[in-house]
Amino acid sequence: MLKMRIIPSLLLKDGRMVKSVRFGGYRDVGHPVTTAKIYDAQRADELIFLDISASREERRTLFDYVRQVAEECFMPLGVGGGITSVEDIRELLKSGADKVVINTAAIENPELVRKAALRFGSSTIVVSIDVKKTQDGKYEVFIRGATTSTGLDPVTWAKEVEGLGAGEILITSVDQEGTMAGYDTILIRNVAEAVSIPVIAHGGAGKLSDFKEAIVAGASAVAAASIFHFTDQSPIKTRKYLHDAGVNVRV
Amino acid sequence: MIVVIDYGMGNLHSIAKALEYVGAEVLISSKIPDVKRADKLVLPGIGAFGDGIANLRELGLLDVLREEIVAKAKPFLGICLGMQLLADRSFEFGEHEGLGLVRGDVVKFEFGDEKLRVPHVGWNDVDFRRFSPLFAGIKNHTDFYFVHSYHFVPSGLAAALCDYGGPFAAALQQGNIFATQFHPEKSQKAGLKLLQNFLEWNPSHA
Repeated sequence: MLKMRIIPSLLLKDGRMVKSVRFGGYRDVGHPVTTAKIYDAQRADELIFLDISASREERRTLFDYVRQVAEECFMPLGVGGGITSVEDIRELLKSGADKVVINTAAIENPELVRKAALRFGSSTIVVSIDVKKTQDGKYEVFIRGATTSTGLDPVTWAKEVEGLGAGEILITSVDQEGTMAGYDTILIRNVAEAVSIPVIAHGGAGKLSDFKEAIVAGASAVAAASIFHFTDQSPIKTRKYLHDAGVNVRV
Repeated sequence: MIVVIDYGMGNLHSIAKALEYVGAEVLISSKIPDVKRADKLVLPGIGAFGDGIANLRELGLLDVLREEIVAKAKPFLGICLGMQLLADRSFEFGEHEGLGLVRGDVVKFEFGDEKLRVPHVGWNDVDFRRFSPLFAGIKNHTDFYFVHSYHFVPSGLAAALCDYGGPFAAALQQGNIFATQFHPEKSQKAGLKLLQNFLEWNPSHA
């Protein structure tokens, strides 16, 4: 049977590994390559690297990190940040990424998703959707590190990227991100019910039961950072907890 | 020397790195002379079947591969799309002719049950159905990493099965040909063990 995936996410900014709260207030949290090796040893199911460096220049270190991780960690690596072209994707895959995560460029140039899915296969293309609640309580898709509103409804956008050929959706609640107050399970449920590609829940995990709730809401995988950086919970303990709670995970 | 065939389809570097990690001498190449002088061949691949076959044809590798695999009986490992390309036909975006080295067709996952999402992405346990030296030292029902929307329906028996809305072929073996739908290069310890077994595999002396 297919297992639910536990995916540590690693955030990079200007060559450092950081952790944010609601996409701000960055703190340094260690070295990405060392951390990746630890997660590999703890048998995480997959890793996601997201680079939010302001410039292309500063993002070069991402390629080095991915290359170093790919040399020693033989597990699926998803990598995103600043991708705007098929050439960017090719270069990331060459560095050792297995999947690429596209966010802002998918909105600004949806054709990129279609082209990339045809060229590299749907399973290589993850579309990342950052969602904030507006003042009237409606969900809205934000881009450019959650600084720019799009007016798009996440469910509508999720269906559209599925149609464009995306193989997975990484859904991040900006409001929950880094708060460790739990996933936005309503958001996850809305999106997971609307599409038939796998949905990865992201943003807000603070305790082990949060993972279970995201899975119950329909997520095929749970991604998290703070809980692994700042608490003594690890992918090993997460797996044990989920297994005991009746969730299908790798044992 | 193992040649990992570069035909523009996917994660060549991951597979090359993993093979090197278990001690192989690896060359990534799309050149006919390299394929001919290789001791073993690996055909990796992610992407669309039609593009895969078209690229192999353009590189002049279709007949070379048949020659090296069938006539010269070189140990061959196909991974994911590299397994599917061995088939007679695929129905991914139209109908395409494959290498025709292992009888069978490649079809899309179709489910009535809405809970099963496509692509099939993640770790799933593999049931070894036949003895194979490639499985040596790996416990049956170990999880391997899969990521695919199409699967190979062989006319004969699969070497291993996986279950996703029903059984499907996770691995095939036919003489010197071995192929996996899953990604050993992404399956941590068990995957590396399988690659090491491929390195040590000598089917002509079996």
